[in-house]
Amino acid sequence: MTGNDKASSWPTVADEISSAAIEVDRLVKVYKQTRAVDGISFSLPRGSITGLLGGNGAGKTTTIAMIMGLVLPTSGRVRVLGHPMPEDSAAVLGRMNFESPYVDMPMRLTVRQNLTIFGKLYAVKDLADRIATLADDLDLNDFIDRANGKLSAGQKTRVALAKALINQPELLLLDEPTASLDPDTADWVRGHLERYRKDNNATILLASHNMLEVERLCDRVIIMKRGRIEDDDTPDAIMARYNRTTLEEVFLDVARGRANGAKEGAR
Amino acid sequence: MTDLALHRGISTHRIGAMILRYWYLLLSSWPRLLELLYWPALQVITWGFIQYYIAQNASFFARAGGTLIGAVILWDILFRGQLGFSISFLEEMWARNLGNLMMSPLKPIEFLLALMVMSLIRLAIGVIPMTLLALAFFHFNVYSLGLPLIAFFCNLIFTSWSVGIFVSGLVLRNGLGAESIVWTLMFAIMPLACIYYPVSVLPVWLQYVAWALPPTYVFEGMRALLIENSFRVDLMLDALAINIGLLVASFWAFLALLRSAKNNGSLLSGGE
Repeated sequence: MTGNDKASSWPTVADEISSAAIEVDRLVKVYKQTRAVDGISFSLPRGSITGLLGGNGAGKTTTIAMIMGLVLPTSGRVRVLGHPMPEDSAAVLGRMNFESPYVDMPMRLTVRQNLTIFGKLYAVKDLADRIATLADDLDLNDFIDRANGKLSAGQKTRVALAKALINQPELLLLDEPTASLDPDTADWVRGHLERYRKDNNATILLASHNMLEVERLCDRVIIMKRGRIEDDDTPDAIMARYNRTTLEEVFLDVARGRANGAKEGAR
Repeated sequence: MTDLALHRGISTHRIGAMILRYWYLLLSSWPRLLELLYWPALQVITWGFIQYYIAQNASFFARAGGTLIGAVILWDILFRGQLGFSISFLEEMWARNLGNLMMSPLKPIEFLLALMVMSLIRLAIGVIPMTLLALAFFHFNVYSLGLPLIAFFCNLIFTSWSVGIFVSGLVLRNGLGAESIVWTLMFAIMPLACIYYPVSVLPVWLQYVAWALPPTYVFEGMRALLIENSFRVDLMLDALAINIGLLVASFWAFLALLRSAKNNGSLLSGGE
């Protein structure tokens, strides 16, 4: 690390406020022979909702995991809320949170016990009030004293979302946030996320296979394929570029290698 | 909402949260509680009767009353201490909760400290009834060892934590496929720690290996106390010195294995 690099790892208050929520610079992750993420760069402004799209194995989860510090990059840099990750993770982990199908909440503990523990881990003040608010907002009251393992898939997803919001994070990373939810509940969760972003000026990065969800929620879409960024723009601009009316059609074009042709056709 | 000042240094708040998490788990599951009591009780009863039988037929063991049953109790402190540590860790793997914890402000040292406290709690639940059984059935009062018992206990629990930290790191790095190490590694040192026989029984070259293990000093010390009525402070200090080295090495190994897990992405899978 150079002296300049070192100096930049300790941002001033002004830097923190002005910096992007997430800055990813030439990020690479190689697992043995596989290049899971291949030199991607992007920057997400604070208060934005960005969708990370791509087929299975596109590198979305690895990218999010590197942003969270759960996976170490092979090369490249990640800064979160102005701080380098994972070197300065202690400064930001309390200000961010996540939800992912790759993790569960402890099954034998009740919803209230789980939220209490995570609230304490995040040093949430007035924890009982915060849990009561989340229970009202996410409609958890009917099963808040039931063991997590006895909940339906949809109820578990809402509990996981409550855990992700327990510390009122400035940055929320979501991996398939509405998977396993019926359309009504999924729509209601999306509404909640939109309100949360608006009320808290929070930044949300979500990986999803639900194109309608991305169209509705996101003001920006990053499409990944084989570890690389295939496209990066607003949903409307991307659909116009591919001459498509839905993101699902764009997704299929990219996944099936028709992207260049579609773009050419649009020109 | 979040008190950022707590993110500097070690937070007792977060350690307390983790202890609460395991406490909730214990209370929610009677089979887990029963398992803590079952094996220690079975051990002490079996070995207690063996000691009775041998004492009736061998004058040495009649004089050295309590060496076997004392060894069983001290071995259980060592073994249960490690299991208490490692099982609490495994609970996170089984629950697929490790990602949530790693993404939270919880630091590795706080996680390990919480696991240490839980090993003490689980040990107390299992071993205290065991010592009462030994007293009731075989008139062996381990507490009559007095202050030396504290020295024995501390040295054994330090070793159990070192082994617990190391095997937890292995599971973290290699996933639940490495789970069997948790249950078996302590048995690998069992013959070398000279639990039921003196170190002099071993071949000379193996005695060097035995003296590299802190529990060997504890079991030799226990025999010296019960047979010769002398408390070997030198043995306890030697054990403590090795234990400090082992604890530092195991913590360093845990951090290295955690880093390796982050490198190969196993925190996301956590499976086999």
